[in-house]
Amino acid sequence: MTLTAPVVPQARIAPPSLTRPIIMTASALVLGAIFILLSPMDAETTFIFNLGDTFISIPDWIVPSRTAATGFAIAALVCAAIAWPINARRGSLFLPAFGLGVFLVMSFLAWVGADSLLPITGLLQGSLLLAVPLIFGAMAGVLSERAGVININIEGQLLVGAFLGAVVASLLNNAYLGLVAAPVAGALLGLLLAVFATRYFVDQVVVGVVLNVLAVGLTGFLYSRFLTEDPDLWNNPEVLPTIAIPVLSDIPILGPILFDQNVIVYLMYVVVTVVQIALFKTRWGLRLRSVGEYPEAADSVGIEVNRTRFRAVILAGAVAGLGGAFFTLGSVGAFGREMTAGNGFIALAAVIFGRWNPIGALAAALLFGFADNLQNVLSIIGSPIPSQFLLMLPYVVTILAVVGLVGRVRAPGADGIPFRKS
Amino acid sequence: MQLQLRGITKRFGDLVANDDISVTFEPGQIHALLGENGAGKSTLMNVLYGLLQPDAGQIVVDGEPLVFHSPAGAIAAGIGMVHQHFMLVPVFTVAENVELGAESVGPFGFLKTADAARAVERVSAEYRLAVDPNAVVEDLPVGIQQRVEIVKALTREAQCVILDEPTAVLTPQETDELLSIVRGLRDAGKTIVLITHKLREVREAADVITVIRRGRVVAESVSPQTSEVELASLMVGREVSLVVDKPSLEVGEPVLRVNQLSVYDTLDRAIVDDVSFDVRAGEVLCIAGVQGNGQSELVEALVGLHDRSEGRIDLGEKRIDGLSTKGILDLGVGYVPEDREHDGLVGSFSLAHNMVLDTIGESPWSRRGVINYGLINENGQNLIEQYDVRATNAQVAASTLSGGNKQKVVLAREMSRSLRLLIASQPTRGLDVGSIEFVHRQIIQARQSGVGVIVVSTELDEVYALADRILVMYAGRIAGVVTPDVGRDDLGLLMAGATTS
Repeated sequence: MTLTAPVVPQARIAPPSLTRPIIMTASALVLGAIFILLSPMDAETTFIFNLGDTFISIPDWIVPSRTAATGFAIAALVCAAIAWPINARRGSLFLPAFGLGVFLVMSFLAWVGADSLLPITGLLQGSLLLAVPLIFGAMAGVLSERAGVININIEGQLLVGAFLGAVVASLLNNAYLGLVAAPVAGALLGLLLAVFATRYFVDQVVVGVVLNVLAVGLTGFLYSRFLTEDPDLWNNPEVLPTIAIPVLSDIPILGPILFDQNVIVYLMYVVVTVVQIALFKTRWGLRLRSVGEYPEAADSVGIEVNRTRFRAVILAGAVAGLGGAFFTLGSVGAFGREMTAGNGFIALAAVIFGRWNPIGALAAALLFGFADNLQNVLSIIGSPIPSQFLLMLPYVVTILAVVGLVGRVRAPGADGIPFRKS
Repeated sequence: MQLQLRGITKRFGDLVANDDISVTFEPGQIHALLGENGAGKSTLMNVLYGLLQPDAGQIVVDGEPLVFHSPAGAIAAGIGMVHQHFMLVPVFTVAENVELGAESVGPFGFLKTADAARAVERVSAEYRLAVDPNAVVEDLPVGIQQRVEIVKALTREAQCVILDEPTAVLTPQETDELLSIVRGLRDAGKTIVLITHKLREVREAADVITVIRRGRVVAESVSPQTSEVELASLMVGREVSLVVDKPSLEVGEPVLRVNQLSVYDTLDRAIVDDVSFDVRAGEVLCIAGVQGNGQSELVEALVGLHDRSEGRIDLGEKRIDGLSTKGILDLGVGYVPEDREHDGLVGSFSLAHNMVLDTIGESPWSRRGVINYGLINENGQNLIEQYDVRATNAQVAASTLSGGNKQKVVLAREMSRSLRLLIASQPTRGLDVGSIEFVHRQIIQARQSGVGVIVVSTELDEVYALADRILVMYAGRIAGVVTPDVGRDDLGLLMAGATTS
C-alpha cells in the first residue's frame, strides 16, 4: 500500500448561522416602522443635555418628532445591514448590535418624547445610580462563580447589607460606619453559603434560595420588631453626601454622570477595576479561576480547592453587602422591607450576559439600569405607553438580553459542581 | 531518586484496593506496573502522589520515610505525575497550566507571565519536548497536551515521573514518540513508573515489570522478554486466548448506506466531514481512529442523537436521517453507547428494568399504560442467566455491577430484540479480559446471524480481532477503508492522517 504524508487537520466550517443578522434587521424594520408611524407629524421632541454646571453648556436639541424617529430608525437599519458582512466573516457583532440598540432607543424616545422635554443626561445619570447595586451584585457573582460556586444568594446579601448599613449608620449617627458594617453583613451570609457549599456539599442553588428566604425573614422580623417601633433610633441614617471630583465633574455630559456621586459609586469603580485586574493578572486570580474551571487539576498541583472557594464566596458576600448599602445609605436613607426587589437576580443575569467577565457584567448591569431608569423617566414625562408595560421594561430587557443576544456563553467548567476528594 | 513503597494497604469500605503492596522503583529505570483495569494500580499511584492516604504502609524516598498529605508534599519530594485524564485547565494557556500552583510573582501577587513562558521553553529545549507556551490547551491535540503534562512535572524538578495509562489516547506514532521521550528521561537519570495494561508497550519500553492483580503484587522483577501470553495470564490469573474465533464471512446486501454525512459542533466546525460508506449484512465494519476524530459524533448521528447533521442515511429501504432515536431503534438498530454509565443504563433502576428500557411502554411489557412487573422480572432473570451477568438476581440496581457486567446488561437488552444493524461504540473499554472475550463472542455471534455490525474502537488489537473491513477516521474524514491484513504500521499511519492513494 502506498501512503501519502499526513495532512494538517483543519475542520471544515459550516456557513455561519444567519439567525442574528436576521433578528437584528427584522427588529430594526419592525420597531423602526412602529416608532415612525406612531410619532406625531406636527410635534417636536426636546432632548436636554445639560445637568449642573460644566465647562461648556450644550444647547437643548429640538427636533420634529417624526423626522427624528425616522432618522434614528434608518441609522438602526444601517447598523443591522452592517451586521450581515461582519457575520459572514464571523466577526464580533457587538458594535452593530450596540449601535442598533442605541438608535432604536433614540427613535423610541423621539416618539414617546413628542411634545415633552427628555433629560438625556439625567436619564443616563439615573441609569448609573440604578445600576450601582446591580454592578456590586454582579461582581459578587463573578467572584463566586469563577471559583465554581453558583451564587443565587446575591439578593439576600444585598438585602442584609442594606439593612445592617442603615441600622449601624443610624445608631452611630455616621453613614461611613454604616458603610463599613454593610459588607460584614454580606460576608456573614456568604459564610453560610460557603460552609454549606464547600464543607457539606449541599446543592448550591437550594442553599442560595434558602439563604435568600432567611435574609428576607430575618430583616423583615427585625424591621417590624425594632425599626418600625423606634424609627428615629434604628432607621434614621444620614445619606452619604455626593462628592464632586474637581475638574472631572465639569466635563460636559460625562462629568455630572460619572464624577459627581457619593463614595459608594467611586468604590464601585475601584471594585470593578480591582476584580478585573486581580482575576486575570495575579496568582490569586489564576488559582481562583483554576478551581472554578477544573478543580481536579488545581488539586493535583497542591491548591486547596475548597479553601479557595470558601474564601472567594465570603469575599463575594462582602462585595454584595457593600452594594446593598447603596439602597439605604446611597439613595433613600431608611431601610424598607424587601427593598432590593429582585436586584440580586438581575445581577445574576448580568453575570451571564457579561460572560462571567467583570467588564462584561458591568456593561450588562448598566444596560439593565438604563432600562429601569427609562421606565422611571417615561412615567414622569407622561408617555403614551401604559405604565404596566413600562414597569415590565427592565425585566423584558433582561430576558431578551440573556436569551437572545448572548450567543454561545460558556460558564466556568465546574460552576455549581461540589468538589469532593475521591 | 529511589522510591520505595512498603506494605501499602488501602481499603474503600469492604473493598481492598491495595493489599500489602511493596515495590521499589530505581533511578535510571523504566519500571512498568502492569495490571488490568480495577487491579489497583491507579489507587496505588494516588497514594504515592498524596491524593489518597494509605491505611497502612510507608513511602520511602532515598531511604527516608515520608508522609504526603496532599500532592504538594509529593511534588516537593520530587515526584511528578502524568495523569490518565490530563490535569490541565482547558481554557488556560500552556504557560498558565505549567505555572499553576508554583507561580513566580512580583509585588501584589502579579504574575510574571514571561518567567513562566521561559520555564516552559527551557524544559522544552532540554528534553526536546516542543510546545508553544502561549497556546491555549484545549486547542492542542491530546499528544501535545500530554507533553504539557510532562513539561509541568519537569519544571517542578521532578526526579521521579509517574505516567498513568499514558498511551490510552495516543496514535501508534504518538505512542512511539512518547516512549522515546520516556527513554530520554530515563537516560537523564530520572525514575520512571509506567502504569499500563497494554502488553505490547510494556515489552517494548520497560526495563523491569511488576504485575498487580486484585490489589496484590503477583509477580515482581519480571523481565520484559517474557511473552505476551505469559504476561496476560499473570495479569488475569488464568490462561487467556488473545484470538477471537471467527468463522469465514458470508456477506449479504448492504443494510446501512451512509451518504455524504456531515456533523457540526456548536462552533459550526465539521466534526464529521462528508462521510459515505456501506455496512453489509453479516459483516463487522470497524471504525478505527484515535479518539476525537469524529467517530463518536458519526455514531450519534446514525442513531439520531445529534441535532446538527446533514446527509442521507438509509437502513435497508428506509431513509432514517431525521427520524427520532426511538424511531430508528424500532427499525431494528441495536446501539451500545460509548459511555455505558451515562447513556447505556439507568444506574438506580434494577437490571430487569434496564433490560426493557427502550420497549417498556410496549406490549408485552405494558398494556394500556400499566407495567407488567412479573413479566419484566422474569425476562430480566432469563437474560442475566443467558448473558452470564454476575448478579445475585435481576432486582439489584445496575449501578452496583462491575463495568463488565454492566456492558453485558446493555448487550443483553440490545441483542434481545430482532436486529438488522448493531452499533457498538467502544464496547470493551475499561473491561477485564474475561468480559472482553465474552463481548467479542457476542459481536461475532450477531455477525453470524446476518446482522450488519459497526464497532467503533480505538484499540488496534480489538480492530484486528473483529473487523472484516476497517474504516479509518481522521479529522472527521475517512482516511481509508482497508482489510484486516493491513500492517499495524500502515494502519497507524492512516490513523495519523496519511491517506491511501
